[in-house]
Amino acid sequence: MSYLDDGRPQPVKKLVDMDYLLNEAPREKHFITGAQAMAEAVKRANVDMAIAYPITPQSEVMHLVGDVFAQGHIKEYYRAEEELGTMSAIAGASRAGVRLFTATSGPGLMRGLEAIVSWSGHRVPAVLGILTRVINAPLSIQPDNIEMAYMMHCGAVMLHAENQQDTFDFTLAAFAIAEKVDVYIPVAVATEGFFVTHAKGYVDMMSEDLGYLDFDSVASPVPAMDNETPPARIQRDAPVQKSNFMSYLIHSVWQQEIWDSNKRAMKYIYQYLGGPIEVQNPEADVFIVASGCAAAQAREAWRYAQEDGLSVGLIKVKAIRPFPADEIRDVVKNAKALIVPEHNIIGWLCKEIKATIPNGGIVVEGPRVYGGMTLPVELIMKEIHDALGLEYDLQL
Amino acid sequence: MSLKYITPSERFKRYLPKDYVELIDYGPFGKTQDEAGPGNMGQFKELVEEHPMCSGCWMAYYIRLIFASLPKPEETVTIGTAGCGRLAISQAAVPFIYGNYGDQNAMASGLTRAFRLRFPDKTKDVITIAGDGGTMDIGFSMTMHSWIRGEKFTTIMLDNEVYGNTGGQSSGMSPKGAVLKMAPLGKDFEKMPATDLAKAAGCVYIVRMSPTNIKKAAKVIRRAIFVAREVGPTFIQAYTSCNIEYSIPTEDVFADAKAQEKDRFTFDEYMTDAAKEVIERVEAEEKAAKKAKKAMEA
Repeated sequence: MSYLDDGRPQPVKKLVDMDYLLNEAPREKHFITGAQAMAEAVKRANVDMAIAYPITPQSEVMHLVGDVFAQGHIKEYYRAEEELGTMSAIAGASRAGVRLFTATSGPGLMRGLEAIVSWSGHRVPAVLGILTRVINAPLSIQPDNIEMAYMMHCGAVMLHAENQQDTFDFTLAAFAIAEKVDVYIPVAVATEGFFVTHAKGYVDMMSEDLGYLDFDSVASPVPAMDNETPPARIQRDAPVQKSNFMSYLIHSVWQQEIWDSNKRAMKYIYQYLGGPIEVQNPEADVFIVASGCAAAQAREAWRYAQEDGLSVGLIKVKAIRPFPADEIRDVVKNAKALIVPEHNIIGWLCKEIKATIPNGGIVVEGPRVYGGMTLPVELIMKEIHDALGLEYDLQL
Repeated sequence: MSLKYITPSERFKRYLPKDYVELIDYGPFGKTQDEAGPGNMGQFKELVEEHPMCSGCWMAYYIRLIFASLPKPEETVTIGTAGCGRLAISQAAVPFIYGNYGDQNAMASGLTRAFRLRFPDKTKDVITIAGDGGTMDIGFSMTMHSWIRGEKFTTIMLDNEVYGNTGGQSSGMSPKGAVLKMAPLGKDFEKMPATDLAKAAGCVYIVRMSPTNIKKAAKVIRRAIFVAREVGPTFIQAYTSCNIEYSIPTEDVFADAKAQEKDRFTFDEYMTDAAKEVIERVEAEEKAAKKAKKAMEA
């Protein structure tokens, strides 16, 4: 039985390009959760196939994507056996030339990581939702985002959403970015579990009668392995098997190309999302630099600081990979201190920023919360006051 | 389309590698088993020619046989994993996907479903070919669940009862008592009942064999592929000895395979009624086509 006659509705859609869909199509305001926002983006992305496996707090996303499938917006959907099976099936399906989506959280990401980290090398342009969660142990299901640190070194593009609106926009843009011929690597869209996935926020969305253009299996640096798309793959030359020397060489040039592809994604992050960072008060002495939910708290701290007349700016980092090194360096060139609030113990964003700017000593390590705790704005205010040499009565 | 897309125009042929042109002109693409099949191996350009397998490797022979038996090589994709087998499979003139450790049946699940949604009116054969470690140890969960889900592709386990490529470690499929690396005192539990597991998991056509008879082995491979197209998951457990790790002298490899037919690899063929129906129909069609061709020639 084909997806065309399995009894599901077949919604009629107007297929449009991503520029129109994301930046021109009229939008209406909705009050929805982050999980709904991600599923609503998938609904409009004209996804061919989605593969699900449960883990808290991600499960809600793939439940809703299942509903989107039942409504006929997606052609194929199934629950796989576990995350390695899920991520491997994504890699397999990708060879047939289709648009793919899946999502996971913390320990699930770890379990699927062997397959995920090879997606880039396999040139799998799938979109992966990461709804962050503590990696055991001790057990917690709360939104610590330490798993993103493990994703940073596999070649994938990584976007970090601050709220429900970002989750919707970034997920939609992710499909277009992943599928560009000069990119063609996976795009991960991360946001904090529970804080975003299970909380409602306002999201402006275009009509669901609009859909992104069909996946183009020909417009690819590595054509679909479907026995339809030239060049024919019957040439019997498996170069990796020839010698260790050949395998070193091929691996190295291939991985260089992956990371170059990652860099080339930057221009599309500008095109669809207005750039990899958002800057408020660029002349400030002290900046709060943050991504994801920490950026929401940072934004609140920045607002307080404005009210108090303090020289404080905000840099929200939307793209973790490719990392906006030039952009951040440029904004902070005259800054006296950078405060980096994070939802994890190792401070992966802090480390990244320190490695990016010439004067890493101005970076304040934290505040950090972990285990999935909320990040009180007061902790950021304390660091701001310390950096400015001002007294602050920290009351939590 | 697939046959057409591999076939170069006459004028372009001179610019293509000789090997490619010979595959098109003298290979098995678009041909019947009588024209280019296991019955006349050596008389046509085969899909597997070069490979780096050890001298006397029974697995290399069986892989060659798999490729000679394909009903539609121009519509076939194979998936494999780490192990000796992929060294030869990856050099066959059929698209081959190498994923991660033991994930071949998960990859095939995604690939088969995606093929069916993109090409609902076409036959695309997906075959996973992996060793006993890849199929029954590291890939166990993904193998079993692909069967439990009823995924429509063929699983072939090259059972040499050992991790050959990594240097001869004991696997779940090694026989009890075998002294191998990582089982220095001898393996202390039984060989896994792979075909029983396949049956319990819902495979609709299952064969265990030592492929000593070319015709019979080819028939099984084709049956497994035909049934997978229409009914559900199919599984072949084939004995492909490791003459290195089990110290079988090259000249005794065939005798060992024959001996195994009476030991751990007695021929066992299971099929559901639905699978039987497909097999009978396809084989009757093949017979009729052969007869018609003979009549026309006469």
